[in-house]
Amino acid sequence: MSEERDLPDGWELVVGLEVHVELGTATKLFCGCPNQFGSEPNTNVCPTCLGLPGSLPVLNATAIDYAMRLGRALGCDVNPSVFARKNYFYPDMPKDYQVTQYGLPTNTDGRLELADGFVVIIERAHIEEDTGKSTHVGGDGRISGADYSLVDYNRAGVPLVEIVTAPVIHTIEHAKSYVAELRDILLATGVSDAKMEEGSMRADANVSVRPVGSDALRTRCEIKNINSIRSIGRAIDYEAHRHIDLYNNGDAPRQETRHWDEAAGRSRPGRSKEDAEDYRYFAEPDLLPLDPTPEAVAAIDAAMPTLPQARRAALVDVAGVDARDAALLVERGQDELALAVVQAGANGESAAKHLTNNLADGAGALTVAAFAGLLALESAGKLSSTQAKTVLGVLAASGGDPAAIAAGLGFEAMDTAELELLVDQLITDHPVEWGRFTEGDKKVQGFFVGQIMKATKGQADGKVVNQVLNARAAG
Amino acid sequence: MSLVPESPQSATAIAAAVAAGEQSARSILDAHVARVDQTESEIHAFNHIMREQAMASADEIDRRVAAGEPVGPMAGVPVALKDNMCTRGVPTTCSSRILEGWEPPYNATVVERLAAADAVVVGKTNLDEFAMGSSTENSAFGPTRNPHDTSRVPGGSSGGSAAAVAAGFAAVALGSDTGGSIRQPAALCGVVGVKPTYGAVSRYGLIAFASSLDQIGPFAHTVADAALVHDTISGHDPLDSTSIPSAAASASSDLARGVEGLRIGLISEMMGDGIEGIAPDVLARTQAAADALGAAGAHVSPVSIPAAIYGLSAYYLVAPAEASSNLSRYDGVRYGQRVDGANVAQMNTATRTSGFGEEVKRRIMLGTYALSAGYYDAYYGKAQKVRTLILENFDKAYEDFDVLLSPTSPCTAFPFGDKTADPMTMYVNDVCTIPSNLTGHPAMSVPFGVGSDGLPVGVQVLAPAQGETVMFRVAAALEALR
Repeated sequence: MSEERDLPDGWELVVGLEVHVELGTATKLFCGCPNQFGSEPNTNVCPTCLGLPGSLPVLNATAIDYAMRLGRALGCDVNPSVFARKNYFYPDMPKDYQVTQYGLPTNTDGRLELADGFVVIIERAHIEEDTGKSTHVGGDGRISGADYSLVDYNRAGVPLVEIVTAPVIHTIEHAKSYVAELRDILLATGVSDAKMEEGSMRADANVSVRPVGSDALRTRCEIKNINSIRSIGRAIDYEAHRHIDLYNNGDAPRQETRHWDEAAGRSRPGRSKEDAEDYRYFAEPDLLPLDPTPEAVAAIDAAMPTLPQARRAALVDVAGVDARDAALLVERGQDELALAVVQAGANGESAAKHLTNNLADGAGALTVAAFAGLLALESAGKLSSTQAKTVLGVLAASGGDPAAIAAGLGFEAMDTAELELLVDQLITDHPVEWGRFTEGDKKVQGFFVGQIMKATKGQADGKVVNQVLNARAAG
Repeated sequence: MSLVPESPQSATAIAAAVAAGEQSARSILDAHVARVDQTESEIHAFNHIMREQAMASADEIDRRVAAGEPVGPMAGVPVALKDNMCTRGVPTTCSSRILEGWEPPYNATVVERLAAADAVVVGKTNLDEFAMGSSTENSAFGPTRNPHDTSRVPGGSSGGSAAAVAAGFAAVALGSDTGGSIRQPAALCGVVGVKPTYGAVSRYGLIAFASSLDQIGPFAHTVADAALVHDTISGHDPLDSTSIPSAAASASSDLARGVEGLRIGLISEMMGDGIEGIAPDVLARTQAAADALGAAGAHVSPVSIPAAIYGLSAYYLVAPAEASSNLSRYDGVRYGQRVDGANVAQMNTATRTSGFGEEVKRRIMLGTYALSAGYYDAYYGKAQKVRTLILENFDKAYEDFDVLLSPTSPCTAFPFGDKTADPMTMYVNDVCTIPSNLTGHPAMSVPFGVGSDGLPVGVQVLAPAQGETVMFRVAAALEALR
C-alpha cells in the first residue's frame, strides 16, 4: 500500500537525485586513518584529516579504483580528472574547503536501467571527501541558535562518490527504485556497504513540478536529510504537493535547500540559494590530475561482477522466472542457486517459487544437487508440494539426500490405485456432496480434497486427487 | 652598525670537524648561542630559541662520536628554521597572532631529514606574517633587523633565517620561497639563498601560503654549504603528492668544475630593458658577474624572456587566490587564537579580524575576489595562462642556454618604513625572483660584492627544472670570482 498520493491532474513531477556514497575502503581518502563507522569521537584522526597547518593530502589508490568501478557499473565514461577546492566555512570541515571534483569529474554520462525498463540518465559520479559530523546542542538542533556544538572529525576525509542524475525522474516509484537499484549495484560491486541508516548512503532530492506537456524546468528545492528509501517517497510527495499548493495559490516556490523531518512528515527551509555562498572553485594545487590509462579501465571492466540488472534478465530469459520473483531472488542473492538448478534440469518457475516462498531466511545447507533432486521428485509426482516444502526445510537446516529424507519422514509416494480406492469410498460415504460436485459445484471440491488429505495425513498429491475426482465425475 | 662575524666557520667544515671528533657539537653550538646572547636583542632573528633541545641533540651527537658510532652528513651543524615549518611540540606561529601558542603534533619532512643528518636545530626564525612580505615588517612580533646595518630591513619574507645566518646565530638556515622569499633576503643579508625546483624538497609540514609556488630551500655562508643542506633535505617524499618521484639532482657534485664552455644568458628584461626600477649599482654588479663568468670561459650573451614583465601581475593573482583558500582554516574552531562571538559565523569573523595582520587580510581579499564567480576567467584563469606563457619563454631560452643570470633584488637593503606606505612599492622587490616560482624552476642568489651604499648585492642564477647541478656549479664559480 503506497503512502504517496497521486499528483492532481495536470501536474507532472520532475526529480533529480544526488546520492552520496561512502566508499568502503580501509583508510580515508587522503590519509592513513581508519575509515570506520562508530568509533569513539575524534579517534580516527591525524594532521591531514584534521587539516592542521602544513598537512598535505595523499590520494588513496583504492578509493580511485572503487570510484572507477562504480562509474563503469553505471555505464559512465571514465575521464582524466582534476580535484578542486570548494571553499566555504563550516566547523565540521577542517580546512574550510572540501576537496572534490568540479569541472573534470572522473565519471560522466552514465545510465541506470530500472527493473521495469525505465532508464535514469546519470550526469556524473565524482569523488570527494566527506566532512566531519556536528551535533548542535540547544536551540532547535540546528547550528543557528545552538548553545554550543560538538564536532566529531572521524568522518572527515572519508572517501565519497556523489552520483548525480539528470532531472528525468517523473514518478516517486522510479525515484525509490533508482535508489534501491543503486544500492544493489553498490553491494554487487563491493564498493560500499550502502547503509542509509548509518549514513554511508545519503540521498538528496531536487524536486519541482510542472504542467503536463511542458518541458520547462521550474524552480526546484533540494531536500536533504533523507535517511531511507521510504523517506524518499514521503519527502518527494510532500514537496511536490507543497509546490502545487503554492502555484494554485498564485504563489511560487523559492529555490532553496530544505531539510526533511521524518518524524513530522514535512520539510523545513534551510539555506536559501539566493544568498548561497560563492564556492570559488579552483584546481587543488596539492594533488596531481588523475589520468587513468585505457588498460586500467579495461582491467576494471574485466573484473566487473554481473550486475543486478543482468542477473534479473538471466533469471527471466534463461530460467523462465517471472519478473517479480527474479527481482526478489537477485535482491536476496539467491539467483545463482536458481540458475544452477535450472542448469541441472529443474523447472525454473518451481525453483523460484520454493526460493521466494520457503527460503526467505536463506538457503542454508541446501546444495544445488539436493535442490535439483528435490524438484525432480516433486515434478515426478513422488512428493506433494507440502511434502517438498517440509523436505526443503530439512535440507536447508542440515543438508542431506532429499529422497532419503522423504523416506525417513514416511513421505512414500501414494500410488494412484490406492488413491482411487479412497476416492471411491468417499463418494459412497457422501452421496449428497458428490451429487453437487458432479453438477459442477466446485465449492465441494475442497471438501473432497480435504477429506483425502486427512485420510492420508497429507501424503496424497493434491493435483493427483483432483485428477481422480474429475475422472470419476466425468465417469 | 654591522653585526656580521668576520669569518664564520662553514657548515661543511663544522660537520667534518665534529664527525672526526676534532670539535664537539656542543662547543660549536655554544659559540653560536654566545653570538645570539650578544646580539639577538638588536637583530630579532628568532621567534623562539630552542636552547634546551639544541643542547640535548648536540650532546647526543658528541656521545655518539665518542662511542665511535656513525654520525650524519650535517653532524653538529647549527641550523635555524623559518617559523612556518612544523616542529613537534615547539611553537610554530608563522609570525601571526592567529597561531600564537600552537604547538604542532608532528614534524615537517625537512625537520625529520635534518635530524636524520644530525643537524642541530637552534630555533624558529621570524618572517613576514604567513610569508607575505619582503622586509619582515609584516611580522606580528616586530621586524628583524639586517645584521649589516640594523637600521635596514633584512628582506623577506624569510628575513629571520637570512639574518640568523648573516649574524652567525646558525651556520645554515631553512627558508621558504613563494615569490623570492629566500633569494631576496639572502641578497640583502649577503648570504647564499636557494629556491630549489618545485617538488625537489617536500612541502609536508610547511604551512602553506601559495601551494603551487611554495618551496623550501637553504640559506648558507657558502655555495658548498647550501649544496650540503639541499642534498640533505631534497628527494622524494610520499607525504607530498607534488614531490618529484625521481631522485633529486645533486647540488654538490659539480661545485669545482668551473664554467668553461657553459652557455649563460643574461636576461635583458631584468637588465634595464623592460623592467623599470632596478638600481644602477645592482645592474653594475650583475654585469660584472656576467663579465667574470665570461672571462672564466663561459659563453655569455643576452637573452630575452618577453613574458617576464607580466610575472608580477600574474603572481599577485595566483598567490593571493591560493592563500585565500589555504588560510581559511584559521577559523578559531580547532587551534590557535579564538575570539568569541554570538554564533559560529561571528566567532569566525572576530577571530580572523583580530588574528590576521593588514597584509594578510589584503591578500585574502585579493584572492577571494580573483576566484569569485564571474571574475575567475578574467583574473585567476588569465593569470594561469600567463604562467604557461612565461614557462614557454624560459623553456625556449634553455634550448640555447645552460643557465640564466639576473639581479636578485632590484635594490640593496632599504630602511625600515621605506616601502610600507604603498603595497606596490614593496611588491616590486620580487620582480626578478617571481618568474622562477611561476615556472617551478630552480634559482639561487649568490653574494657578489656591494653597492654604492656598501651593502651586499646578490646575483641570481636561474636553471631549468631539476637543473640544480649546473646551477650550483655556476654559483660556486661566481663565489670564487667574487
